[in-house]
Amino acid sequence: MSRTTIIPIGPQHPAFLEPLNVSLELKEERVVGATLNLGYNHRGMEHALSLDYKKSQYLVERVCGICSNHHSAAYCQTVEAIYGVEVPERARIIRTITMECQRITSHLLALGHIAEVVGYENLFMQCFRERELVMRLVNEITGNRVHYSTNVIGGVKRDIDAAMERRIEDVMSDLRPRLEELHAIFSRDSTFVKRTKGIGKLTREQAIDWCVVGPVARASGVAQDVREDGFAAYDRVRLRPVVREEGDCYARTMVRMDECLRSVDLIEECLPLLKEGSVVLSVKGHPSGEGISRVEAPRGELMYYVKAIGKLQLDRVKIRTPAFVNVPAVQAMLPGARLADVPVITVSLDPCICCTDR
Amino acid sequence: MGLLDRIGVRSPWILHFDTGSCNGCDLEVWALLTPRYDVERFGGVNRANPKQADILLITGPVTKKCEDRLRNLYEQVPEPKLVMACGNCASTGAPFHNCYNVCQGVDKVIPVDVYVPGCAARPEALIDGLIKALSMWEEKARAAREVKG
Ligand code: SF4
Repeated sequence: MSRTTIIPIGPQHPAFLEPLNVSLELKEERVVGATLNLGYNHRGMEHALSLDYKKSQYLVERVCGICSNHHSAAYCQTVEAIYGVEVPERARIIRTITMECQRITSHLLALGHIAEVVGYENLFMQCFRERELVMRLVNEITGNRVHYSTNVIGGVKRDIDAAMERRIEDVMSDLRPRLEELHAIFSRDSTFVKRTKGIGKLTREQAIDWCVVGPVARASGVAQDVREDGFAAYDRVRLRPVVREEGDCYARTMVRMDECLRSVDLIEECLPLLKEGSVVLSVKGHPSGEGISRVEAPRGELMYYVKAIGKLQLDRVKIRTPAFVNVPAVQAMLPGARLADVPVITVSLDPCICCTDR
Repeated sequence: MGLLDRIGVRSPWILHFDTGSCNGCDLEVWALLTPRYDVERFGGVNRANPKQADILLITGPVTKKCEDRLRNLYEQVPEPKLVMACGNCASTGAPFHNCYNVCQGVDKVIPVDVYVPGCAARPEALIDGLIKALSMWEEKARAAREVKG
């Protein structure tokens, strides 16, 4: 009978990009328990966001740099709901396009990261090479690479002109075969498949119990996607959520890979919908009342609650980020795993500590 | 440069630590390692071990919980060492100014040699900063060798 050993990993560790501390309880090579220690990234965003609702349009992107545009879209939608205004159609389509672009960059980052932790550095580089295409496109559309700062209360700041529409089309048709090539590698490469298939299983029941969202839930057979609610312009396009049943690291990776391709479809579907019109609506006075809004961020459902009191300050901003519910589920996946698989399992969740801690 | 000097020049190893950033700058730091920008051609290699690191690359305003960890890491890095603060928030704490849980920039905790502005810092700016850091580090390393004789 061997004793259990406790191994702390983090906050600074090669496998994690972000400060996160996991205490693993080990029996020989097997993990029998895991405890998470979070909070290294807590900056007090909810408090900072409630100081000035206008500045918060931009500050809100600094909650998380990977899904910044989704944060600002969710925040703007919430405040628009408080004002009771309907955003112009064109602005909603532009928001959809930028959100889908960001989904591709975020998923390619996650895919590259998992390729790196299974030891496939070449694939990591390839993911990032394709990702750079979208980063550059977004830079052209919005003027920024990371924090787009295009969403404002009432619409978007920058329009997409005809030349830009063609440019988006070109990039998407260039990107599609590259993504298909990546898809073939991820689905067929024997090293990758062996390292991820059957590892870190999360059953459907567990997924529901731990309330996971986004690709993690969809990889465990829970068909749940907030885009089906039809915020922004998602009611105008044909959504086909990717759902898999296996619930292991492989399934989570493949869900992300498939979603990248679906995002390209969505962007291409959005472009012909763009009709002449204004992209921003001016709102008057300070907001007053309560609002709630949800978007599907790359990692899952992102919810904002705002309580405004007719002043520059807000009474309360509450954010429920997808990583906040997904990260604890690692405690359900780790027991029974081998020590060498721990980084793969953790990264397959696509943890985002800056979202979790805020 | 004499032969001995040239033999003595090593590739500095870089240690990246996130002290509470929004990940925006981390993404760009990662993008630097990839084919488009590929900073390894300048001689810096990203390794995650403080005991073997030469350049400490910090992103994010230092949160109160990370403060001690950052100091701890800094002390572990052997001399000659160099600290590079990437992004507005690592340089000054800017977007998170006056947040209750941040220390307003890396230089409030440990000495910083190179500041890279931008939110998020652009890869071009980061490369510029890194080249500055590399040349400063080489000078420091040479000075240290000369003292040793
Ligand atoms: S400088 Fe801006 S982008 Fe960079 S980590 Fe800080 S808030 Fe994020």
